Amino acid sequence: MARVELSSKKLHSEFIKKVAEISGQNIYQCYQCGKCSAGCPMCFAMDILPNQIIRLAQLGLEDEIASSKTIWLCASCLTCDARCPKGVDLSRIMEAMRLLTLRKNKNHIEPSKMNRETLAELPAIALVSSFRKLTS
Amino acid sequence: MILSYFPGCTIKTRARNFEDSAIAVMRELGVNLEELPRWNCCGTVYSLAEDDLVHHVASVRNLMHIRKQGHQKVVTLCAFCYNSLHRANEIMRDNPDKRFAINSFMDEEDPYEGQISVSHLLQVLRDDIGLDKISAKVIKPLDGLKIASYYGCTLLRPKSAAIDNPENPIILQSLVKALGGTPIEFPFAIECCGSFQVVDNRDFVNERAYEIINSAMKNGAEVLLVSCPLCEFNLRQAQVKLKQKYTDFKGLPILYFTQIMALSFGLDIKVNDFELNSTETQEWLKKNKLVA
Repeated sequence: MARVELSSKKLHSEFIKKVAEISGQNIYQCYQCGKCSAGCPMCFAMDILPNQIIRLAQLGLEDEIASSKTIWLCASCLTCDARCPKGVDLSRIMEAMRLLTLRKNKNHIEPSKMNRETLAELPAIALVSSFRKLTS
Repeated sequence: MILSYFPGCTIKTRARNFEDSAIAVMRELGVNLEELPRWNCCGTVYSLAEDDLVHHVASVRNLMHIRKQGHQKVVTLCAFCYNSLHRANEIMRDNPDKRFAINSFMDEEDPYEGQISVSHLLQVLRDDIGLDKISAKVIKPLDGLKIASYYGCTLLRPKSAAIDNPENPIILQSLVKALGGTPIEFPFAIECCGSFQVVDNRDFVNERAYEIINSAMKNGAEVLLVSCPLCEFNLRQAQVKLKQKYTDFKGLPILYFTQIMALSFGLDIKVNDFELNSTETQEWLKKNKLVA
């Protein structure tokens, strides 16, 4: 990862407050044991590991989180939540981070641009879940 | 016994093989699954945001309809429906502020306080019917068939919704034993298949399927049992691509747990709708003389 700049302003940013409020989680509970990343089924595809996401959040590094693919690859399987020794539900933190983008009316996927064959092939359970998690 | 039954979107379309086999098996066990009239989509995924209550409304409306149907308990087949309904019910039962907000929003209905108990079919089989009674119905024992049981996520997580020990579940293996099969343990039984990421990141889901299926095979499984229509789709569709990508990949037949029950109970083959399973699974069933 490139050099990052820390500042008091970032540490007390609106972003951190919103993540905490929407997720209902205390992000400062995390002591970086890495259990979430060890069990994450999608982490092989992530550019920033789940435990690194929460560390970036603690430091208020909103831009680094926003430019990462990680939050969009989370499948909400809750394995991190089940195994966190500090009782932090990272799946809720990931959801809060997604919502901070989606609530600006920015879709992560565009259902209208999906081709007809794909839509016909996928079962409703996959489509509804995906649209719920990845569109505004 | 009559139980209120909530089907859900995929059960009524792609997973008719799950529904038809489940209804037939339960009838054989003396349970009538009474489909909830006017059910609507449960929302599939539970909203994880504290300030997002509107996405629980669909599930709560179903719970209110179950109450109107005159039942205290509802059973689901789909693992996603189970999870959404169960957790929406928890909110209505345990969180007075959110309950008040949701009830106020749904002002045409009588207030709901989480009185319905939401169960998955596996819980009914284990807790209400009992494995002994299931064993007694077996007329074609599975003859030691090596069966790996795959749980996925939503029957086990979060802990409050877990139908069994979330890290070490045994409910499906116990069922396999009761049917005369040999349960195979494998380390990927409770790992996520990638879920809805199949829509946007199919290659990643296929890689997950590769690991899950290979792990079951390495441990000796001849067939994989599933309980979730999304796991079933992901693991089935991935095998076509995986055989092209990895020449040594053999793949595994996949069945819903209710289909293998129907086979061992000797029920009419039609209830299994095997045409909805993969052609490889259908061929495997014939080869192993599980179907004529």
